Amino acid sequence: MAAATLAQLAAGLASRKYSSVELTREALARVEKSQPILNSLVSVTAESALAAAVVADQQLADGKGGPLTGVPMIHKDIFCTEGVLTTCGSKMLSNFVAPYDATVVSRLKAAGMVMVGKANMDEFAMGSSNETSFYGPVKNPWDLTRVPGGSSGGSAAAVAARLAPLATATDTGGSIRQPAALCGVTGIKPTYGRVSRYGMIAFASSLDQGGVITVSAEDSALTLRAIAGFDPRDSTSVDVPVPDYVATLNAPLAGMKIGILKEFFGEGLAAEIEKPVREALEVLTKLGAVVKEVSLPSLPLSVPTYYVVAPAECSSNLARFDGVRFGHRCENPKDLADLYQRSRAEGFGTEVKRRIMTGTYVLSAGYYDAYYIKAQKVRALINNDFLRAFGEVDLLLGPTTPTVAFPLGDKTSDPITMYLNDIYTIGANLAGLPAMSIPAGFAGGLPVGVQLIGPHFGEAKLLNAAHRFQQETGWHLQSPPGYATGFAP
Amino acid sequence: MSLTPTQIETIAGLARLALKPEEIPVYTESLGRILGLVGELAQADTGNIEPLAHPLAGQVQRLRPDEITSGNGRDIYQRNAPQVEAGLYLVPRVIE
Repeated sequence: MAAATLAQLAAGLASRKYSSVELTREALARVEKSQPILNSLVSVTAESALAAAVVADQQLADGKGGPLTGVPMIHKDIFCTEGVLTTCGSKMLSNFVAPYDATVVSRLKAAGMVMVGKANMDEFAMGSSNETSFYGPVKNPWDLTRVPGGSSGGSAAAVAARLAPLATATDTGGSIRQPAALCGVTGIKPTYGRVSRYGMIAFASSLDQGGVITVSAEDSALTLRAIAGFDPRDSTSVDVPVPDYVATLNAPLAGMKIGILKEFFGEGLAAEIEKPVREALEVLTKLGAVVKEVSLPSLPLSVPTYYVVAPAECSSNLARFDGVRFGHRCENPKDLADLYQRSRAEGFGTEVKRRIMTGTYVLSAGYYDAYYIKAQKVRALINNDFLRAFGEVDLLLGPTTPTVAFPLGDKTSDPITMYLNDIYTIGANLAGLPAMSIPAGFAGGLPVGVQLIGPHFGEAKLLNAAHRFQQETGWHLQSPPGYATGFAP
Repeated sequence: MSLTPTQIETIAGLARLALKPEEIPVYTESLGRILGLVGELAQADTGNIEPLAHPLAGQVQRLRPDEITSGNGRDIYQRNAPQVEAGLYLVPRVIE
């Protein structure tokens, strides 16, 4: 085995099979080779990566290394990285060098991980195909004519192409799970408040949550353990102890109650997706899980709820981009109003402007109650449905996406069609629940993901079920043709 | 739910976005369709339901003591500014 996972790569480092410098050079070489084809990165940080690798090697030699020391990784370009370009996939921030590290970044740095670059993404994380990026679309390594999903499309494509075993990601309506499913990798969106949002550029603050994309559930457990936990610098960070996600990965699934979400198996779900998802359920049953059908009657309203709440919060959050203190400024503004209006019009892309305007409208006088308050009430109904379900079952299972990866350009002309890609993922964001997508097979040569949703702070249970499933199936070890099967040089 | 081009211009004004004339029909059409989608919310019975702003029950906005916790980073922050002078951000003249 060529170190197929981060855990195996870390073991190789610990036993001095290779050095961090060698691994980092390998990752940088893969990035350089793949970049003209996949476009999965916005920036490559070769120099600082090699310097960090030298430090990591010294730590390993001194016996001071941890389980992640010296392993190369990629940050989604939504995370602020001190002294490094942080664009959020936007022209607005195409000149922005972050003055500090996000908490996720500083924690992985402290754990000795080596950042080799920053991943491409939909502009301000608004998109489901990575086609709204100012830096151009990312290609799906399984089929270069198709999208990788979004908004963390660069992160998912980079891990799928085995550039690095970890890419950080964020999920507001499915932006970790949907691209993970479409690229055949593992992704976890933790409970709202589990991972600090400090230094993570805000889109919709009551929904945004940082997480990871990796090859395996074990790798997700290893890395989530490092980034999760209370952070006084994020006022929505929750002060709940972080369990050792790795220690419970192998717990038996006997008696675990898995709810199958009735609302996810109706019209709109492609048969080629339903089949592997049902097979995944059989695998978990064989491992001892007990299946129960669960109905969440308000769940079908999650897409309309989201498209009020998220744009409303986006219009408020993105008001800070005004061309004054940072970001793009228009040429020769004639007055202050002109400065604001043209800087914003030039700096933001079509989809971002669409969401800002939708949010502005639903928050405006006369419409606030009919749209925004109404959506928050329906959000409460959806949350109540989930809480009721978790009174009966341990985890919920369903598809991650309605279809496999679609062709580039297929859905760019119709925002509604694009929004419906997130039909199965949005519910977990509205209710703040942890959720994962794990590879469950293929349809026509393209990966299919199965989604697991857990109760608040139920990450350990999710990772446990996902890990046991992966021990049985091995779908997560499949890599796209033409790419390496592992990460070692 | 449909919107008029005039409404789109008003919304763009509120959002401080200078739209090009050719963008107005595009946003008129797509925002109208988005409002059609979110119009489905009207069917939900939310009679006795309190609006939910935070998904975790019992979580309240945490406050911290008003203490200085970091040094003055003005020079670092102003490296990203389009135009500064003597530590001040420059904008077009507001008062004649």
